Amino acid sequence: MTRALERHRPPGPFRPGFWRSPLRGPWLTSVLGMVLLVGFVLVFVTGLLSYAAYNPNLAPRNDTTPGKDLLGFYLFTWPTRPTWLYWLNQGVHVTLGLVLIPVVLAKLWSVLPKLFDWPPVRSPAHLLDRLSLVLLVGSTVFEIVTGVMNIQYYYAWPFGFYQAHFYGAWVFIAAMGVHVAVRTRRIVDALRSRSLRDELRTGVADTAPEPPDPDGLVATDPAEATLSRRGALGLVGASSLALLALSVGQTVGGATRATALLSPRGQDMGDGPLDFQVNKTAALAGIDPAMTGSAWRLELAGATTVLLSRDDLLALPQYTAELPIACVEGWSTGVQSWSGVRLVDLAGMVGAPDAVLVESLQAGGGFGSAVLARNQVADPLSLLALRVNGVDLSLDHGFPARVIVPAAPGVHNTKWVRRLSAAGPS
Amino acid sequence: MRRWYGAGPLHLLAFLASFALAGYAALKLFGGNPVGVGIWFVGCIVGHDLLLFPLYALADSSLVAVLRRRPAAATVPWVNHVRFPAVVSGILLLVWAPLVFRLSVGYESITSLTTEPYLERWLAVTGVLFAASAALYALRLRAARRPRLARRPG
Repeated sequence: MTRALERHRPPGPFRPGFWRSPLRGPWLTSVLGMVLLVGFVLVFVTGLLSYAAYNPNLAPRNDTTPGKDLLGFYLFTWPTRPTWLYWLNQGVHVTLGLVLIPVVLAKLWSVLPKLFDWPPVRSPAHLLDRLSLVLLVGSTVFEIVTGVMNIQYYYAWPFGFYQAHFYGAWVFIAAMGVHVAVRTRRIVDALRSRSLRDELRTGVADTAPEPPDPDGLVATDPAEATLSRRGALGLVGASSLALLALSVGQTVGGATRATALLSPRGQDMGDGPLDFQVNKTAALAGIDPAMTGSAWRLELAGATTVLLSRDDLLALPQYTAELPIACVEGWSTGVQSWSGVRLVDLAGMVGAPDAVLVESLQAGGGFGSAVLARNQVADPLSLLALRVNGVDLSLDHGFPARVIVPAAPGVHNTKWVRRLSAAGPS
Repeated sequence: MRRWYGAGPLHLLAFLASFALAGYAALKLFGGNPVGVGIWFVGCIVGHDLLLFPLYALADSSLVAVLRRRPAAATVPWVNHVRFPAVVSGILLLVWAPLVFRLSVGYESITSLTTEPYLERWLAVTGVLFAASAALYALRLRAARRPRLARRPG
């Protein structure tokens, strides 16, 4: 049957002569693949850590992916130090993910003739490999598309982001693992077949195709080169560099934010004490200024219950913490100077020695409440902040009071807090 | 084994292990909305392999065809001076299209900012890329037109 199919090879891309680039070949594919292997392992691990940072096992309301079952096997209580832990983790996850996009496009370009393999299936082994490639290519592009759309608030899909991105990552890592495993020898041989240093010294005029390979990546009828391998790698590198340069500022913050020209959080908000990025405006969260006026009380509930006005809170010992807010989307406010009452002092007032449930005035929507783990409540830098950079909080920044916890995901720094209550041991 | 399967037993075991994990995750991925997730998952493959790739391949082969029809005899080849800024600008647009084309309806109420600046910014970045590439080309042209005094043979 294979032979019969071979005789009836369709025209166009199914014919080897259709693919004419002299650059395609196992060496170039393997170089790009190695970059992706290292890069995507880092993106995958930081993604898993980002999920752990929500302490999903502490309470169902913390869990963005409640159906995880065995895929949550690695979870642990998220630490509060170093204070920049989540900042770095998400900066790497999002920025590296963006930077790898040109490498993914180049890698897919380099192997595209394989999509039109003929005959389409040569053996059961070949069938399994091709099915696995559907999962690999599909999940890679799916993860990139959902991630890139999510950081731009373009929610055009009919499913939840957290679940889709988390489960999609596991499909990806399963497919990538076997993809690399069964090709180890071919990759090593291909990488050894040419010297990177020599390629980086070879111009267009001296660029010749790689020797014919059993996988059929090398063109059988190559066109004259208009770009060297050095040029191709340079083009990928330049694109990655452009993505990096135009986005890293939204993570680093401060004066570098102005360089993040095309990033969602690359707009300078001004120089005032309250001019830093807002995750969700008070208007969107349904916060009516009347709810936050002089009638506002903070309820503390543990062994006993206490109601405190904002003046009561200001009369308690005040502490200052220099902390950033880092969002799952990769951007950060940079370090701001928060002051207010320590969470551990508030919990102690009512006998709430363990985890604490924080509830907002926010009327629904995501993350209107969160349970903070015992280590988060106990950290001396964890505050119920009343002021920032020497002035009262603004409504968009969580007035009358907001939580700030070192190394926690941005959304766990609950704004417009109305109630803190004992949530049992953690 | 090789004869009916086409590879060694380790190959089969590796794939079965991979499919077990991928299948477990895929059940959860597709579980909530099989049709919706399926459309997006398959759409990602089709969107790249059968839409994006043919489009940019066609654009590039058109560019090269122009180059071939107008061979620039003694001067410096210009094709990569178009390719580089076009590819970089194109990838920036591909990634940041929701902001550039103002597709994110919720952006303003979430961030308190507007998406107004992004189209201008992308155009400005594109302009700078092409201008830098043109400047570099001009320098190379000038270098090529100078009498080749210092050049060694070969």
